[in-house]
Amino acid sequence: MVPPRMRQSYDSVVLAVPVTVPYQRYSIETAHWWMGKALRALAEGAGISHRDFDGFSVASFTMGPDVAVGLTQHFGLSPRHIDHVPMGGASGIVSLRRAARAVQAGDADIVACVAADTNSVDSFRNLLEGFSRFSQDAVYPYGAGGANGSFALIARHYMDRYGATREDFGKLCVAQRDNALRNPHALMKKPLTLDQYMSARVIAEPFRLFDCVMPCAGAEAFLVMREETATSLALPFVRLLSAIERHNAFPDDPMQVRGGWVMDRDELYGMAGVAPDDMDFVQTYDDYAVISMMQFEDLGFCAKGEGADFVRQHTFTIDGSFPHNTSGGQLSVGQAGAAGGHLGITEAIRQLLGAAGGTQVHEVRLGLVSGFGMINYDRGLASAAAILARA
Amino acid sequence: MTGPLPRPKRKNPLARTTQPLLPPQTRSRKAHGFTLAAAIGRFMLQCCGECGRYAYPAREACPNCLSSALTFLDAPTGGALLSETRIEVTSDPYFREHMPWRTGMVQLDCGPVVVAHLHGDCGGPGARVAMSLQLDKAGQAVFFAKSVSETPHMEDDPQWRQLSADPKYRRVLISDGRSPMAVALVNALKKAGAAKIFVGVAEQWKPFEERTLLEAMEGVEVVDLDLTSERSVQELAIDIGAKVEILINTADHVRPAHLFDASAANTARDVMDHTVMGLMRLSQAFGPVMRSRGADGATGAVAWVNVLSVHGLSNARQFGVHSVAHAACLSLSQWLRNELRQGGIRVINALTGPLDTEWFQTVPPPKVAPKALADAVVDGLKRGLEDIYIGDVAKDIEARLFDNPKAVEREAGR
Repeated sequence: MVPPRMRQSYDSVVLAVPVTVPYQRYSIETAHWWMGKALRALAEGAGISHRDFDGFSVASFTMGPDVAVGLTQHFGLSPRHIDHVPMGGASGIVSLRRAARAVQAGDADIVACVAADTNSVDSFRNLLEGFSRFSQDAVYPYGAGGANGSFALIARHYMDRYGATREDFGKLCVAQRDNALRNPHALMKKPLTLDQYMSARVIAEPFRLFDCVMPCAGAEAFLVMREETATSLALPFVRLLSAIERHNAFPDDPMQVRGGWVMDRDELYGMAGVAPDDMDFVQTYDDYAVISMMQFEDLGFCAKGEGADFVRQHTFTIDGSFPHNTSGGQLSVGQAGAAGGHLGITEAIRQLLGAAGGTQVHEVRLGLVSGFGMINYDRGLASAAAILARA
Repeated sequence: MTGPLPRPKRKNPLARTTQPLLPPQTRSRKAHGFTLAAAIGRFMLQCCGECGRYAYPAREACPNCLSSALTFLDAPTGGALLSETRIEVTSDPYFREHMPWRTGMVQLDCGPVVVAHLHGDCGGPGARVAMSLQLDKAGQAVFFAKSVSETPHMEDDPQWRQLSADPKYRRVLISDGRSPMAVALVNALKKAGAAKIFVGVAEQWKPFEERTLLEAMEGVEVVDLDLTSERSVQELAIDIGAKVEILINTADHVRPAHLFDASAANTARDVMDHTVMGLMRLSQAFGPVMRSRGADGATGAVAWVNVLSVHGLSNARQFGVHSVAHAACLSLSQWLRNELRQGGIRVINALTGPLDTEWFQTVPPPKVAPKALADAVVDGLKRGLEDIYIGDVAKDIEARLFDNPKAVEREAGR
């Protein structure tokens, strides 16, 4: 085999028009309704017709039986690049990576990256029941705890092995709630104390109520284009410096203690020409605080096993020493299905545009967003990350 | 530590009976390899025929070498617990009624990591565990981990009791008290802690030797039951149907006949009436009430055992009519299994070789002693099996059918 080729840079690829369609706990509308809202907001934000989007990348768990091509007719789009990225919490960055290459190559000029999911009273149970073949055969029949049950096993093992405690997880959750109180879109409106976190009702040991995200309906979206396109539309934009993805890394680890970021992080920072310490904020994929802690380690902010120490040494609020999940993250904003993987990207774009309102971090130049998704059997398979920069 | 199962209190007649619910039952077709193993109490996983590695969950290609030659092979039952949780919140209605529910990740000695139900007494992460494949209330195979050594009241663990059909504190009906296995079954069930044993006897005016023996036993009640009479079966069901948690159908009617005998068809009709139609009448009368009581407390209705001849699987010409009848019973038993599964009731086929009784006088040994049969049935209930092969002849036929059914047919015809 020839040696792997150096990756081409994302030179000239930019992101613009971050869109959040405010979440609802339950919705009687379909995913399509949420997508329509997101597309309209993108078009209004860009000052063009949605028919001018010649690229469309969609992520959703609840758009069935439709596929991406069917949605083009639903929304009156005529794109020349379409993509369906069913990768849960990794779909935001994977969408971004593919869209970036499409606009760079000229296969498309403007790609609308949209994630939307609805949440009806019974849809979450249905999603869990039929999530994957391995899950259906080998996980769901064991107590039907869903993601909470599976990640509880990962968390318990991580705690046993590295000495992390519930207080450490709680510190992250409490900080995110503080951030969320400044975000009008966050579903969680009440302050959270560490005592409340520690004494909440048990969901699946070691997890209690505030360790778990709240499933909800909502949409997140953004546009990917070349710098020249953004300039011609007079749109403020942020730059994509680098991005990685990896699936089913370290399959021989008996329990998940790391994600695929470890394999690719040197390239992530190398392509961007920056180091972890240069980041002004980090948006991790926070389906559970233990996974955020794992990302601190795997993305090089601290060594493996030192995530808990790292948490003890830092503060994670907007004005903290390590601004993290500044919107409040999924834990406090809500998890709108696949849109949870786009939440960190839209928030990062806003931060770097200086448009984050109440959650704005002071003087930001560089930010890291990571994604994680798809607990197909016993672990999250997909990991992804991107570094974005102020233009 | 598991506490002893409390003796169930008398049921409040005004209380609503909890309706049976089933755990999630969707499985891929490949995953039914585990169903096969669990039904007979074996521990098997897919193993690659090319690279020799075990794989899990069930799949179509070996992740190590991409061979599609994955076959279910017996595997060592040892493992080590990597992590555990107690689930207290679920969206599934069945598990919701059984919270909290303990599960864990087990690294099997043969390689793969499995999610398993955990017995309450198995230690925390790092502990060695003994694994088995069990059938859950939906009849689907699941992994169960328990401690390697025996612990007190191990069989009373509430999660284990969802997978077993333990006779402890349950009431049992044995359909034919004249069967040579009846006394042995009563003894084995009493030893296993059955609360009460009803023994059906047809035409009670006809004396039989074991009657006094049965009547002298504490907790045993002889009841009128003639499987050839729809009315008799229905009347008994009205009387005690709601008290039967385990039904053991021992009906048989062994009458030799050569296929070319002029009277063979009449003999066959008579045999079929006792066995096949008998089982059908029994199913119609007792099936519905048992199905409705599948979640009726810790000692609700749990199992239906059909004691059948292994020759139902392979016709033995010297007992041709008997073989035909039991083949029909096997089919009927499948039917019953599919109906009772809706209530979480397990239908067990106890397939036996010739019993050591007068009707099999002409058959050379090895034959099955009634006590051996009774012990095997009770063992199958406690272990939660679905197909039990009893005695050397039955085990031999099971193994050979697995290997080559045509060889079994030809050799039986000699």
